[in-house]
Amino acid sequence: MSTTTMTAPADKKSHSLALKAGILLVGLHVAIGLLTLVWLPYDPTAMAGGRLEGPSLLHWLGTDRLGRDLFTQMMIGSRIALVVGVGAVAIGAVIGVTLGLLAAFASKWLDDALAATLDILIAFPTLLIAMLVVAASDTANLWSAIVALGIALSAIVARLTRILAKRVLVMDYITAARTSGSGWPKIVAIHILPNIWPTLSVNFALQFGLAVIAEASLSYLGLGAPPPNASWGRILQEAQGTVYTAPLGAIAPGIALVSLAIGVNLLADGLRDTIDPTRRAR
Amino acid sequence: MSALLSLENLSVHAGSKALVSNLSLSLNRGERLGLIGESGSGKSLTSLAATGLLPAGLAASGSAILAGKQVIGAPDRELNQLRGTAVAIVFQEPLTALDPLMRVGKQVAEPLARRAKRDGTPLSGTALDQAVLALLDEVALPEPQRIAKSYPHELSGGQRQRIAIAMALACKPDLLIADEPTTALDVTTQSEILGLLDRLVRERNMALLFISHDLPVVANTVSQVVVLRQGETVEAGNVADVFANPRHDYTRSLLAAARRLDDAMEGRA
Repeated sequence: MSTTTMTAPADKKSHSLALKAGILLVGLHVAIGLLTLVWLPYDPTAMAGGRLEGPSLLHWLGTDRLGRDLFTQMMIGSRIALVVGVGAVAIGAVIGVTLGLLAAFASKWLDDALAATLDILIAFPTLLIAMLVVAASDTANLWSAIVALGIALSAIVARLTRILAKRVLVMDYITAARTSGSGWPKIVAIHILPNIWPTLSVNFALQFGLAVIAEASLSYLGLGAPPPNASWGRILQEAQGTVYTAPLGAIAPGIALVSLAIGVNLLADGLRDTIDPTRRAR
Repeated sequence: MSALLSLENLSVHAGSKALVSNLSLSLNRGERLGLIGESGSGKSLTSLAATGLLPAGLAASGSAILAGKQVIGAPDRELNQLRGTAVAIVFQEPLTALDPLMRVGKQVAEPLARRAKRDGTPLSGTALDQAVLALLDEVALPEPQRIAKSYPHELSGGQRQRIAIAMALACKPDLLIADEPTTALDVTTQSEILGLLDRLVRERNMALLFISHDLPVVANTVSQVVVLRQGETVEAGNVADVFANPRHDYTRSLLAAARRLDDAMEGRA
């Protein structure tokens, strides 16, 4: 016990530091993403300079093999990554939480069937499921990629929701709410969802990072946003042929991906400690 | 007038195993009945069966009539009407009986608003807040304003149990079921909570079903007692008679154990 009290202040400090770093990284991407809606340094589809130019004051990250400004492409990439992350996690959350709650309330055999189905789905890599869904739809575009990733992520959300909800369901305060005449929809809304949210939200952040990376992979394979949408995955794919002459084209998307994924994780970790009153400083 | 709660040959089964068998008891408004026995003797299951809250996998048979309505086999929708008006439960562990992420004032407001709506006099806004504070005051919590804004983990065990009692009272129940309400508390807090329950049951003229394995507590709280052992009723009757002249070996052994503990506490062993 004494060791936990001793480390508590340090923990708290590191948590708030993580939160700040998360806000900074995510805020940077959000700001750039929003900026692309009103202003871009160059026309993203037009030739802005020579081919494969190095970094200069005019072109901060240089140009790609078609002479397009790489920094402009990267900025649009931020916007696409955010849309994909938010969209995929939202779809995954709606499907996953609904299925998970259904399983938690279902009769034993239905619950077992759902749990087994989810386990099988989880056994497949997220990317593979997403590729199957994209392949099954006629056109490969950004929206089909988002929906595919959302569906692929929902299995994990559903399993997590199911087990978390089951744990809350056996608590005395649920029985107490039922004794006082609360119906199930109300109990789900005011007791179950708030109590599983801290854990779910951290999971959503992890999945946001996963979705952004998976979309980059899909785009890299030509299954994501089609040209001329400048997804980070596509920038990476287009740069791979010229990686020895213009390495920035491959390094920049990599750094952008990692910084966004880490930022969201730090943010979620910090936010959970702020949302959950039992984790707040006493 | 028929009894408020009347159990006749109530049995609870898990598969083919009987957890409670052929339990009969009846309780009228203003009466206090103790249900005693060791852990796993079916005390809590009896109270859950009487309110239709048995967990999935357990089946009840026989008859449990609560406020004139048959509980066994009734659909959840009908039971919801019955719960929160006829009966309320106070649980053993006040920490798990409160939602850890909801301010306690809101947790008390929830059943209060529902009961008021059912009575046709909806409460909201400041009127509801006032009613919550009045209720916290009634369960003798100091500084109701501050406590209403607290989360359960910020309160002491005794304060939490008072909140749980306030939530039960918010339903204005005719029958209060107290399931080992003092087991998780220390001895001083225990007697305070028992005093509070005693006062509230008297003032509001409720019936009390008191579940406990603590014989001295039972002896001071209730007038009638039913002794359970492995789901079977071994003895029932007036609490003074049963404790003074136990007719069953099991009751005798329970009493002897309680006495040995008393002796040990007072250094006579």
